Amino acid sequence: MDTRNDAPDGDLLLDIQDLKTWFYTREGVVKAVDGVSLRLRRGEILGLVGESGSGKSVTGFSIMGLVGERGKVRAGRMMFDGHDLLKISAEQMRRLRGDRLAMIFQDPMMTLNPTLRIDTQMIEAVRAHGKVSRRAARERSLDVLRMVGIPAPEARLKVYPHHLSGGMRQRIAIAIALLNAPRLIIADEPTTALDVTIQGQILYEVQKLCREMGTALIWITHDLALVSGLADRMAVMYAGRIVESAPTDILVEHPHHPYTHGLMASIPSLGTRGQPLFQIPGSTPSLLHLPAGCAFRSRCYRADAQCGHEPELRRTGPGHMASCWHGGEPS
Amino acid sequence: MLATIIRRLLQTGLVVLIMSALVFTALYMIGDPVLMMASPEATDLEREAIRRNLGLDRPLWEQYGIFLSKAAQLDFGNSFLTGESAMRLILERMPATLELATLAMFISMAVGIPLGIYAGLLPQSLLSRSIMSGSVLGFSLPNFWVGLMLIMLFAVMLGWLPAGGRGPVEDFGPIQLSLFNVEGLKNLILPALTIATAKCALIIRVTRAATRECLPQDYIKFARAKGLRERRVLGVHLLKNIMIPIVTIGGLEYGQVFAFAVVTETVFSWPGMGKLLIDSIVNLDRPVVVAYLMLTVVFLATLNLVVDIGYTLLDPRVRLGGAA
Amino acid sequence: MSRVVEPVAGATEAGASPRSPQAGRWRRFVAQFTSSKAAVAGLVVLLLSIAAAVFAPWIAPQNPFDLATLDIMDAKLPPGSTNYDGSLTYWLGTDGQARDVLSAILYGLRISLFVGFVSVLAAFAIGTAVGLVAAYFGGRIDALLMRIVDMQLSFPSILVALVLLAMLGKGIDKVIIALVVVQWAYFARAARAAAIVERNKEYVEAARCMALSWHRILWRHVLPNCIPPLMVIATIDLAHAIALEATLSFLGVGVPVTEPSLGMLISNGFEFLLSGTYWICFFPGIALAIVVVAINLVGDHLRDILNPRNEV
Repeated sequence: MDTRNDAPDGDLLLDIQDLKTWFYTREGVVKAVDGVSLRLRRGEILGLVGESGSGKSVTGFSIMGLVGERGKVRAGRMMFDGHDLLKISAEQMRRLRGDRLAMIFQDPMMTLNPTLRIDTQMIEAVRAHGKVSRRAARERSLDVLRMVGIPAPEARLKVYPHHLSGGMRQRIAIAIALLNAPRLIIADEPTTALDVTIQGQILYEVQKLCREMGTALIWITHDLALVSGLADRMAVMYAGRIVESAPTDILVEHPHHPYTHGLMASIPSLGTRGQPLFQIPGSTPSLLHLPAGCAFRSRCYRADAQCGHEPELRRTGPGHMASCWHGGEPS
Repeated sequence: MLATIIRRLLQTGLVVLIMSALVFTALYMIGDPVLMMASPEATDLEREAIRRNLGLDRPLWEQYGIFLSKAAQLDFGNSFLTGESAMRLILERMPATLELATLAMFISMAVGIPLGIYAGLLPQSLLSRSIMSGSVLGFSLPNFWVGLMLIMLFAVMLGWLPAGGRGPVEDFGPIQLSLFNVEGLKNLILPALTIATAKCALIIRVTRAATRECLPQDYIKFARAKGLRERRVLGVHLLKNIMIPIVTIGGLEYGQVFAFAVVTETVFSWPGMGKLLIDSIVNLDRPVVVAYLMLTVVFLATLNLVVDIGYTLLDPRVRLGGAA
Repeated sequence: MSRVVEPVAGATEAGASPRSPQAGRWRRFVAQFTSSKAAVAGLVVLLLSIAAAVFAPWIAPQNPFDLATLDIMDAKLPPGSTNYDGSLTYWLGTDGQARDVLSAILYGLRISLFVGFVSVLAAFAIGTAVGLVAAYFGGRIDALLMRIVDMQLSFPSILVALVLLAMLGKGIDKVIIALVVVQWAYFARAARAAAIVERNKEYVEAARCMALSWHRILWRHVLPNCIPPLMVIATIDLAHAIALEATLSFLGVGVPVTEPSLGMLISNGFEFLLSGTYWICFFPGIALAIVVVAINLVGDHLRDILNPRNEV
């Protein structure tokens, strides 16, 4: 299962093959991520789309090494910026986190420690990765705060998180991610918990910053429409696997997987006005008891007996991969 | 903010007042001290004279009024037994109880917090489970029994430590303490350990629960995502959050320790307030009992207030009357 | 993220009848309880203690309160010694009055357990009633009752008990009263908390609409659902009550000398501790510790099981 794209290997920032993150619980093994492969070039923006339970967040955590005790991360290959993530020590991973590799979480309410001031939480992020004086760290914090468009940053540094609105907190989280000029930012649904108006702003700012600084970005979301305005490439996840991936404009115009068809169809637009909204029937399967064959089978309008055998991710066009026996344009 | 503090002070004052009424009424019904003070051959006339002398023939509410006015001046009358001022008797013995309670709480926190954090971090490890089992023992075993066992082990069988009494004291301004010299510590350690056993168990439980609750929070994960050393994640991010319930409960427990010292002081013949109370109850020395109870009421009410204020200082989210 | 789905309809208990949800819940409770060996051990010890206390007159080698059977020459004998004609072995030694310590413990256990159980039952009844009433009526009644509860709870229980006993004098009934006064507030607070959760549930609304009388609603509907947390409190409180009674007796203000509980026995033995005749104080102490720890183990595990957060 190889998401081959047309770039030379030397330019690859992130190269993951066959990532499997399984959680061992009392009830059984939860295969949250079951064979995901991703490749990312420097400065590229990837949109990772899926419903809740699809494994998209766990993918992000697996890359960061933040999976937690119950989970086991395995992969054929996990290279980031020349480091083999499968082989490095915990201390080396710690040094990468927050420095070369940063993450933004979903809920800005709980991301920042409520008992510590903003400046403490920013300065420590700088000083964890180098011998920097407090003053210099503070200066850098002010710089990034200005970069993300926060007015009066000096005042903001002195307050506690609960004094700030959700949008402001998320901006600060983004600023923290940018502090050490990382090569890759993984953003796990960063705007889901925010107002729609703020969403647009943050999206725009993040895109601008990434372009300016040449930072690669993986934007994890369930909102396909939202991320299509931002990403260079998109990958659709379902039940722990990638079912389709393609450059954005191609995916949006010519989706090949029935799940993607369903996602696109459920986006309300001017054209669907007055009509009942489309919904993909059924619900996501339990990751504890995945059915044999194609995981989407029970909800697919094209399913037949052949779908009892698991389809492979195959090339269906330039830079375009899909895993379906009956893939193709929507009918 | 000021308005809230004043309101809390008034509430505290009201509680103290109500408790004083309860205490007074309750104590009024205990035995007849006159019978105790007068010799058995005293005539009724003599007993009447004593009664009038002590003001015991006036109606209840009038006695209460006198009681209150005197109480405001910290005058609780003189001990029926020794004739000394009741309040002075108690204040003389307070430093002994104070140093005992403080050392006990200190030990509980110093031992309990690290153990609790460990048990919260690695709940499944053998050490954690032993700690938790130990904590059940700690707070189930009756206080006095622990004291007895400690005496048996360290004083009788091993002979390392004295079985009771207070060690030599040093002057620290107006009060005398035995805490800061080695001999004094030898006497302090067993009674302090007795109290600390139960409190330590409690602190371990609270710390563990708080740790278990805070660890899965997003801000811990985010701290790790920033690449902070684990030492800092636990020592700053986690610790600052778990200190809130620990200090709150620890503060309230300090008050309980002060009161429950009664038992420990009896076991170890420790010359503190608690021993005085027991003796006074047995001897029907009412003024001393009343003085002790009132002092305790005020102390506990004040402690509650201090803990509440301290809580708002520790948790930036909760500021008295402040906007979120 | 990781969805754990219950097995879907079809996998029910054998013999699905309207009674089976109850039977299933009971079976699950038993399974959960027995998962902790410590708790099971505690329960066994508790039951054995109760049995020993109930059957004390039959199993004790001697009746320590029948003065005729005491031989003063046998005072302060160490454990394992026998009396002059070998007919009686003092397994745990004798005390200053030549009473067999083992028998004294068995009889003392009776008093300790009796006082503990009765006081907890009474506190349970009173406290639960108050708590339910407070929760049901809400408003001013609730605020007033809870104020009283809070004030009571903030005051150290030992001082309340001491003052009460000083007022009431000595005697088992007085001790029980003091213990009840000290404990009822815990039950009141827990019952109220549980009842408030229930009050907001729909079936109470429905019952109200059907114009059922308030005490019927409380008794038949709200109370059964409040039982689990109250059981936890009752168990832990039992241990506290026994320990508190022992403490009070040790201090000399508890049960009278004629009906010694374990605490009183320990108190009697205290004076001999320093001179080496440790057994008079030690063995009753061990008995007390075992009983109290056993009850706490049971209560602790019950709390883990019945904690609402653990219920799926």
